[in-house]
Amino acid sequence: MRDGETKAEAGRGHLKLVGAGLPGHHALSCRNLTYRAGGRPLIDGISLDLVRGGITAVIGYNGAGKSLLLRLLHGLIRPSSGEILWHGEALSPAHRKLQAMVFQKPVLLRRNALDNVVFALASHGIHDRERAEDALFRVGLADAAGRAARLLSGGEQQRLMLAMALARAPQLLFLDEATASLDPASIQAIEEIVLDAVAAGTKVVMVTHDLGQAKRLAGEVVFIDRGRKAEAAPTDSFFNNPRSAVAQAYLEGRLPHQFQIHRSQA
Amino acid sequence: MQDFARAFADSFRQILALDAGFVEIVGLSLRVSLTATLLSCLIGLLLGAWLAVARFSGRQALIILVNAMMGLPPVVVGLFVYLNLSRAGPFGWLGLLYTPTAMILAQTILITPIVAALSRQVLEDLHGEYGEHFASLGLGRMGQVRAILWDGRYSLITVALAAFGRSVAEVGAVIIVGGNIEHLTRVMTTAIALETSKGNLQLAMALGMVLLVIALAVNGLVSSLRLSASRLGYA
Ligand SMILES: Nc1ncnc2c1ncn2[C@@H]1O[C@H](COP(=O)(O)OP(=O)(O)OP(=O)(O)O)[C@@H](O)[C@H]1O
Ligand SMILES: [Mg+2]
Repeated sequence: MRDGETKAEAGRGHLKLVGAGLPGHHALSCRNLTYRAGGRPLIDGISLDLVRGGITAVIGYNGAGKSLLLRLLHGLIRPSSGEILWHGEALSPAHRKLQAMVFQKPVLLRRNALDNVVFALASHGIHDRERAEDALFRVGLADAAGRAARLLSGGEQQRLMLAMALARAPQLLFLDEATASLDPASIQAIEEIVLDAVAAGTKVVMVTHDLGQAKRLAGEVVFIDRGRKAEAAPTDSFFNNPRSAVAQAYLEGRLPHQFQIHRSQA
Repeated sequence: MQDFARAFADSFRQILALDAGFVEIVGLSLRVSLTATLLSCLIGLLLGAWLAVARFSGRQALIILVNAMMGLPPVVVGLFVYLNLSRAGPFGWLGLLYTPTAMILAQTILITPIVAALSRQVLEDLHGEYGEHFASLGLGRMGQVRAILWDGRYSLITVALAAFGRSVAEVGAVIIVGGNIEHLTRVMTTAIALETSKGNLQLAMALGMVLLVIALAVNGLVSSLRLSASRLGYA
């Protein structure tokens, strides 16, 4: 980070430094990624090149396939066709240990908050209680360490999931609406933490419906529509000048044309 | 009616007197059923965990089979063990028929499917819930099983208690393979059956009361476990 630069600029800076299209400079790529379930393609021929470092925002309407895309990229589900490359190599289960994911719905063990973090670290062969405590402290959950994880509030559970992900210092961090149920102060605090991680070299791919957050944090935006990549562009040009009609509609707060809202007539 | 009241009072006295024969019967019952519960948990939990996390062809058929075996009639299990242990049977040379070991064996066969089937359900639900989290952490199969066994501990203890309850109250299998021999294989249920038929209601009722207390204690334990589990955010 250069003097006078904000953290947000640092997060986005990498994107501007690295030219797109150079193989070997992509943290994660996918080619013609397709995922079919129940006979229809839910992810339909998506190709992406995510540059190293910085934050990529994935946005789109509910049900567009954003969460599915993240689970595919993380290797949690197997694509029907297409390939995923991690630093130019075919994605393998071993790579998953270098990545972390915060799910849209928190998944917490029936243990206290601290033990959840300890477990996540231990699964990576890291037996370090202090590091787990530190991770809780960073997301503002130091006082909740001994409380049952599943009795925490929605926002506290999301912060706990973040602590588990960040404690592992992943090279790639997937965030699926990780700040969706946080209060404004916590959102700001979490964004700071995410930017710290980015400054330390972590690549972040985040799904968000918070357009302000996408503008604040992301260097590039991928817009997903009905399982397809409608658009991928640097953040500024995406928000100022969206090329696809569906992204324009989304940014204007309109429902896409395929939606029919039926109101009962009084 | 008066007889009944007197028998009731006498049987209380019998319990309080704790005479050697009575204690011996209760003690053997507990020893046989607790050992069978322990063995069935060892085998049943392993089988249940394996069925919960492994994916292989024929798995669904195996699950159906184990579920069906939960309803094995005790006398049929007793007969099966008897045929195997009788002098002419394949394991007759072990000389185990009419010993406590034979009773433990029969009860273990009876309740292992219960432990396996119920724990399979508990563990499969947990595994379904945690599966993607585990995969994201890159956790191996053994680590996953250890984690769900630990997180399912309250439900699994309840399963073990149910199995114990079934074995301690069971009469059909132990009477066939144990023979209800005094000082050797006489347990509460077989003693009740025998003493009642002999008209000795006092001992039968005393033992019946002990059995009831055990059943109540098991149920009390299950509910208090459920309570502390929900307090710990287990549910
Ligand atoms: N395993 C599955 N089988 C069938 N359909 C599925 C499956 N998983 C997801 N879907 C469907 O795929 C579509 C995309 O789901 P996904 O969860 O990726 O949406 P999303 O873009 O994350 O939406 P949201 O903004 O609401 O989180 C949805 O219509 C969903 O119902
Ligand atoms: Mg989603």
